[in-house]
Amino acid sequence: MIPYQFNYHRPKSLADAQALLKNSPDAKLLAGGQTLIATMKMRLANPSDLIDISGLKELNYIRVDANAVTIGAAVTHAEVAESAEVRRALPALAELAHLIGDPAVRHKGTIGGSIANNDPAADYPAAALALNATIKTTERSFKAEDFFTGMFSTALNDGEIVTEISFPLVERAAYTKFRNPASRYAMAGVFVAKGKDGVRVAVTGAGPGVFRQAEMEAALAKNFDPSAIASIKVDASELNSDIHGSAEYRANLVSVMAKRAVAAAIK
Amino acid sequence: MTAVSLTVNGNAVSADVEDRTLLVYFLREELRLTGTHIGCDTSQCGACVVHVNGKAVKSCSVFAVQADGAEVTTIEGLARDGKLHPVQEAFRENHGLQCGFCTPGMIMTAVDMIRRKPVLDRETIRAELEGNICRCTGYQNIVSSIEDAAKRMAAKDKAA
Repeated sequence: MIPYQFNYHRPKSLADAQALLKNSPDAKLLAGGQTLIATMKMRLANPSDLIDISGLKELNYIRVDANAVTIGAAVTHAEVAESAEVRRALPALAELAHLIGDPAVRHKGTIGGSIANNDPAADYPAAALALNATIKTTERSFKAEDFFTGMFSTALNDGEIVTEISFPLVERAAYTKFRNPASRYAMAGVFVAKGKDGVRVAVTGAGPGVFRQAEMEAALAKNFDPSAIASIKVDASELNSDIHGSAEYRANLVSVMAKRAVAAAIK
Repeated sequence: MTAVSLTVNGNAVSADVEDRTLLVYFLREELRLTGTHIGCDTSQCGACVVHVNGKAVKSCSVFAVQADGAEVTTIEGLARDGKLHPVQEAFRENHGLQCGFCTPGMIMTAVDMIRRKPVLDRETIRAELEGNICRCTGYQNIVSSIEDAAKRMAAKDKAA
């Protein structure tokens, strides 16, 4: 499969990338390309220009301090999964990165791409929402809550570039997902976190976009144990139904994944 | 058209490519390195896996222009001085290929896997093969081949 024609650019700095983006309204940013290139091959996307930001030093770093793990937007899933520092400070995040796609995809795909694309079945949005992450761009900072606005949509303006994601450290966290065996995307994925922002439960893959499960959060705040949420029925009315599973099936999966995630978090 | 210069299997290569040329087409059609296969062409099957700067990637999902300045290794670049790479040797001896279509991708994935995880159990090998599909479903012997190759390479490293 061959995409439409486009012009490729490899800017040397973030400022150059911004200038290129400003001058060509139909341009797209290219980082790992593991979603974009497939979409272009299907001719579902037709950007005039691709601006390759994967090599920018300004976007390639992992910083861990006493409060947070902060990751530059162009860091790959493999780098997060293999980072000894992330494994130590926030093992659930390293594990999540390890569960994305397959090894070759993880060598290319980036955290910034995953966050900015906001695929309703992507993994990182669940971590960002459950950990109350801050998403920094070339223009401002967002709380994850305000960043993800729905299926494949975010609060990003045209020309605005995600530069880093900062995940506050928590006492306990875990991510569990039930993968579609062909695509490896989440049929349902649940990230649970317990920290100074309380207990937060974020669900991906099951609905039109990542969301928090308030009922489970309340129950787990009282008793952080799988038994606390065993009797909670997840409402299927706003969940996805497709050839891979009905909304009711996904609702049940959310319960099962949430219980497993809590069990993993307290282990 | 964009001029690219890269190293492929140790040889310097320069060419003018259309920006939309995928790396796999560049390797197969420009350089005639047809050992890298196109299976699904949707990044699922792994028949097109090559190494870019030492890391396994799916060459159907990378543009040739992205590899400008990079070092690329394909299945043709593994054997040295007429001697098969230990992973190739292990696939031959363990009957790790049936029709052979997925084999180049399986071997490139295996080499990358052993580089990252020199000690491998069968469960890890299966998890690491997530992105490679064998249409003959011959996984049993593929896993055995990789297990054997990892052991041989570890023994060789120890001896060296």
